[in-house]
Amino acid sequence: MSSIADQIAGPSASDAAATSAPAITLPAAGERELRLDLFRGLALWLIFIDHLPANILTWFTIRNYGFSDATEIFIFISGYTAAFVYGRAMLESGFVIATARIMRRVWQIYVAHVFLFTIFLAEISYVATNFNNPLYTEEMGIMDFLKQPDVTIIQALLLRFRPVNMDVLPLYIVLMLFLPIILWLMKWRPDVSLGLSVALYAATWQFDLYLSAYPNGTWFFNPFAWQLLFTFGAWCALGGAVRMSAILSSPITMWICFAYLLAAFFVTLTWHLPQLNFLMPKHLEQWMYPISKTDLDVLRFAHFLALAAITVRFLRKDWPGLKSPWLRPLILCGQHSLEIFCLGVFLAFAGHFVLAETSGGAGMHFLISVVGILIMSGMAWVISWYKNSADKNAKKKGAVGNADMAGGG
Amino acid sequence: MKSNPVMILGLTLIAGLLAAAPVRAEDAPANCEVPAYLLTSESKLPKVETAVAGDRRLEILVVGSRSSSIPSSEASAYPGRLQAMLKEALPKVAVNVSVELQVKKTAEEVAGGLVKLAELKKPTLVIWQTGTYDAIRSIDPDDFRAGVEDGVAALQKAGTDVILMNLQYSPRTETMISAPPYLDNMRVVAQQHDIPLFDRFAMMRHWSDAGDFDLSSTSHGPDLAKRVHDCLGRALSKFVIDAAHVNPAQQN
Repeated sequence: MSSIADQIAGPSASDAAATSAPAITLPAAGERELRLDLFRGLALWLIFIDHLPANILTWFTIRNYGFSDATEIFIFISGYTAAFVYGRAMLESGFVIATARIMRRVWQIYVAHVFLFTIFLAEISYVATNFNNPLYTEEMGIMDFLKQPDVTIIQALLLRFRPVNMDVLPLYIVLMLFLPIILWLMKWRPDVSLGLSVALYAATWQFDLYLSAYPNGTWFFNPFAWQLLFTFGAWCALGGAVRMSAILSSPITMWICFAYLLAAFFVTLTWHLPQLNFLMPKHLEQWMYPISKTDLDVLRFAHFLALAAITVRFLRKDWPGLKSPWLRPLILCGQHSLEIFCLGVFLAFAGHFVLAETSGGAGMHFLISVVGILIMSGMAWVISWYKNSADKNAKKKGAVGNADMAGGG
Repeated sequence: MKSNPVMILGLTLIAGLLAAAPVRAEDAPANCEVPAYLLTSESKLPKVETAVAGDRRLEILVVGSRSSSIPSSEASAYPGRLQAMLKEALPKVAVNVSVELQVKKTAEEVAGGLVKLAELKKPTLVIWQTGTYDAIRSIDPDDFRAGVEDGVAALQKAGTDVILMNLQYSPRTETMISAPPYLDNMRVVAQQHDIPLFDRFAMMRHWSDAGDFDLSSTSHGPDLAKRVHDCLGRALSKFVIDAAHVNPAQQN
């Protein structure tokens, strides 16, 4: 039976460790970790559904059953795959080349963000000119941003003004910007790097570190806190998962995880069934709430860890289902995360719009969600097809494959 | 209830009309049921209870932003409707509802002036509607919570009961204004200070989902606003009566 470490890090982790030149270990290239793609695809679908108004499918998203949600999965797997791809680049081609590649990726994400922002501007302008219901006189105050397009657009380009649901990409941009440093530190001492990351997280809570936003307030996802998840992903990718295997395979860990997930489930149950609120001890409520998403509350982080530990334990790397055509759409979406993420944000905008225009009921709602997921899967398939054929062409010409095709970031 | 036979007759007529008409007419009385759990609260309104039972006077002050009013028809906004419905439910109590609009002010800014307002009007109950302007300006949710907390604490110290009322459900601006952090923080403050939270957001969302109102409507007339506010006023009067443990039947 293969150990859990093997399942996480790929079959050749021990070979890589044997060479032992650098402090980090990388699994062999070529073998894709399909579970990562699967869960990143799942996170993308869930983020899309969560960005639509609540409907039947919303009940299938994990945020209704515990503290953490799809964002945690997305950021962790992004850290994992980014470290995997660019960590290899750093070992093979050096710091400068790897940094240049990462910066190219950052630029792509930035452009994607600006593209989404223009769509948002179009939508808000449409509503401003067509919607004038006296019931919502106050809410229309949001249109004041249109009175100063110069300021608003510049602030958006500086990532300080971010419309609702457009917070993940700016976080991702900042995390990727610091990836070269993270990888460089990891190459030196992975555990020390993770320790530094934890220290920064603790300092964020202790000293209230944040990035300010426009016109007020702070970044919805505080990068100082969320870097912990990203760095932890990178640490796992660079051999940490292997070293944790003893902990992961212990039954004690499993039972602690189950107990925690169950407790979190009961707490979330009281949010949806306020009738159950009397069961919650007041002291616990006062200690626990609010569970900050902005600063990645410890309860959320722990919830994600528990979910991940259970998943790794019960979903084997060699599970044949991973190759089944039924999971293919999810895996394809996960393999082209940036494109599909942006498409998802756009489709959520469009979905809101269609719902408002048609005043559609639950049926329309459900239809929009399903059509959205079909479009995302179809697009992922097209991108895959295109990249595969482009890859074949590149091989004929003898060009070097680029990091994105290995699922970078 | 003084007009039970008339009411039954009226309800029968309405039921008949609804059954006869294939589609609900736009100007029919709004059908806006509220799930029972939204109309009750674990927290109490002791001052209101004594005021109603004792001196039979109830002075309510609504402190709110522009969503507590309807432009150019103030009397049909929910505070006016609340007064009418409370008077109907408690005929022997002198009910007065006054409104202080604090337009384009954050919770923190409003909180500073709350005690002065309370001293001026001497209310038994303050209904503080807030959150929308903070959400539009994307005020830091922690600052927002601190502002609401300060205001509530000051009012409690001044000796009034407090109800918090949260944001409107607004499907058209859902992609532009992020309501959840402000809704959550108001819930937290209400829990910590043991005061009732009138969940306007959940109610309007419920009406929208149930098809009672088309809240995405682009109609420019005040009709929809009036009907929604009528329903809000009705729900609010039930909420106040429930939280204050007043039995309308005993008041007759």
